[in-house]
Amino acid sequence: MAVLVIADHDGKVVRDTTNKTVTAAAKLSLDIDILIAGQGLEAVAAAAAKIDGVRKVLVAESDALGHGLAEAFEALVVPLAANYDAVLIPSTSQGKNIAPRIAAKLDVAPISDIIEVVDANTFSRPIYAGNAIETVQSSDAKKIITVRPTVFKAAGEGGSAAIEKIDAGAGSAKAKFVSEEIVKSARPELGAAKIVVSGGRAMGSEEEFKNVILPLADKLGAAVGASRAAVDAGYAPNDYQVGQTGKVVAPDLYVAIGISGAIQHLAGMKDSKIIVAINKDADAPIFQVADYGLVADYKSAVPELMEALSQVGK
Amino acid sequence: MKVLVPVKRVIDYNVKARVKADGSGVDLANVKMSMNPFCEIAVEEAVRLKEKGVATEVVIVSIGVVQAQETIRTALAMGGDRGLLIQSDTDLEPLAVAKLLKAVVAEESPDIVLMGKQAIDGDNNAVGQMLAALLDWPQATFASKVEVLGGSAKVEREVDGGLQTVEVQLPAVITADLRLNEPRYASLPNIMKAKKKDLVIKAAADYGVDTAPRLKVVKVAEPPKRAGGIKVESAADLVMKLKNEAGVL
Repeated sequence: MAVLVIADHDGKVVRDTTNKTVTAAAKLSLDIDILIAGQGLEAVAAAAAKIDGVRKVLVAESDALGHGLAEAFEALVVPLAANYDAVLIPSTSQGKNIAPRIAAKLDVAPISDIIEVVDANTFSRPIYAGNAIETVQSSDAKKIITVRPTVFKAAGEGGSAAIEKIDAGAGSAKAKFVSEEIVKSARPELGAAKIVVSGGRAMGSEEEFKNVILPLADKLGAAVGASRAAVDAGYAPNDYQVGQTGKVVAPDLYVAIGISGAIQHLAGMKDSKIIVAINKDADAPIFQVADYGLVADYKSAVPELMEALSQVGK
Repeated sequence: MKVLVPVKRVIDYNVKARVKADGSGVDLANVKMSMNPFCEIAVEEAVRLKEKGVATEVVIVSIGVVQAQETIRTALAMGGDRGLLIQSDTDLEPLAVAKLLKAVVAEESPDIVLMGKQAIDGDNNAVGQMLAALLDWPQATFASKVEVLGGSAKVEREVDGGLQTVEVQLPAVITADLRLNEPRYASLPNIMKAKKKDLVIKAAADYGVDTAPRLKVVKVAEPPKRAGGIKVESAADLVMKLKNEAGVL
């Protein structure tokens, strides 16, 4: 049995969500190939070839793949899937966009967002915003799976897989890329950051969110997150959203400022190594998961925190 | 232009799901049920397309138990024109739902299927993409802005790190993300009017579609609990603990 992992990359680097998906794949098979699709992929392919446990790196280049169009991925992956027993895709927004489309074409029930490989047919995944974990056994001969990267360790480097160019397949004329607005930021990416500082509805305005959360994040070299309530209220953009309907993160340090800790938010961050909560409501549910809780108004606590961080050389 | 909006009846957004003691599933007995929040956003967007004169008819379809009629009525009160319930007493997987919706599309010939990106019970985020694949239609998932331009739709999508705009030829499947709009509350007169709108009930079996499950639920369990930690007295105390005790600074 062989497994295909579809890489998550930005055209320059292979994101570690790919390495983590390789770890999940290794629980299914020792024959792991990686598919890199996009444009201008030399560096990315070379990096993927170094991931431990990878047999072969397949490279498919086209404009439509470079823009991540699901129709183009369907045309590429569906014929390719004939060679594999399982296709594993990191559960990013792009992974979620393409995996079910590929599965439907293959008449397979996709298995979304797995957090555990029990055996070759059995997987666990969160449902109900993480309030329950279901274990499902698939009767499909082929598996199409998205993998929640935060729960798997990243596969190391040291391999030297062969790189093979393959035909990109015909895209569809029915969908075309128009434009993209990717936020350019010096801050680390939310999904990969070692430290995340998140703000909640207590911020009260977009202005306040910017004035309070961003300087603290920059002092810590952290990525910025937000609760769904803060995003809903327009204080922060949607790509900051941490939670079941946003991003799932598991950094070494997660700092929640003015976040009450709704279950849907907890679902997105409770696997963090250390959780810090600052909230003036001592009964806020966030304190039930926080390793260190500070019951205080963020308005005074955050400046004090900035000061204390300066004193330890941050 | 016709818009088809599939909606799902799920546990209310504000209710905490509890796992059944025997591990067979989540306890839904006597729990408040509502329309899936992402479906509400899709209904709202479809109704706005109608108000703008872009859409001429908004058809609501739900697949589920007989009580899903209430969910359809809610969508009709928001401005949907007529409803269809495909009754199924067993919980259907996304693949089966997509196949049934494909059959509905064959009957209704909509120009756009506009639906939520994800239901908050199964959290699969799959049906829209699967329906598009089965129909060989283009898809525009996680929409934060929809603009219909004659024979195509320009859709701004929420992607990791920002926004992407794609143009899809109609007919197409569009799935709604959180920021597409803020759904309206149905007014009392509209709720009354919705009671008189057409709502047809059919059985899932009538469609002759293979809806057999592919996944067997082995068990459903509570997630592991994270032990709470300690309260610190001050920001300075917090920084010392993070540095010396946790070693994360």
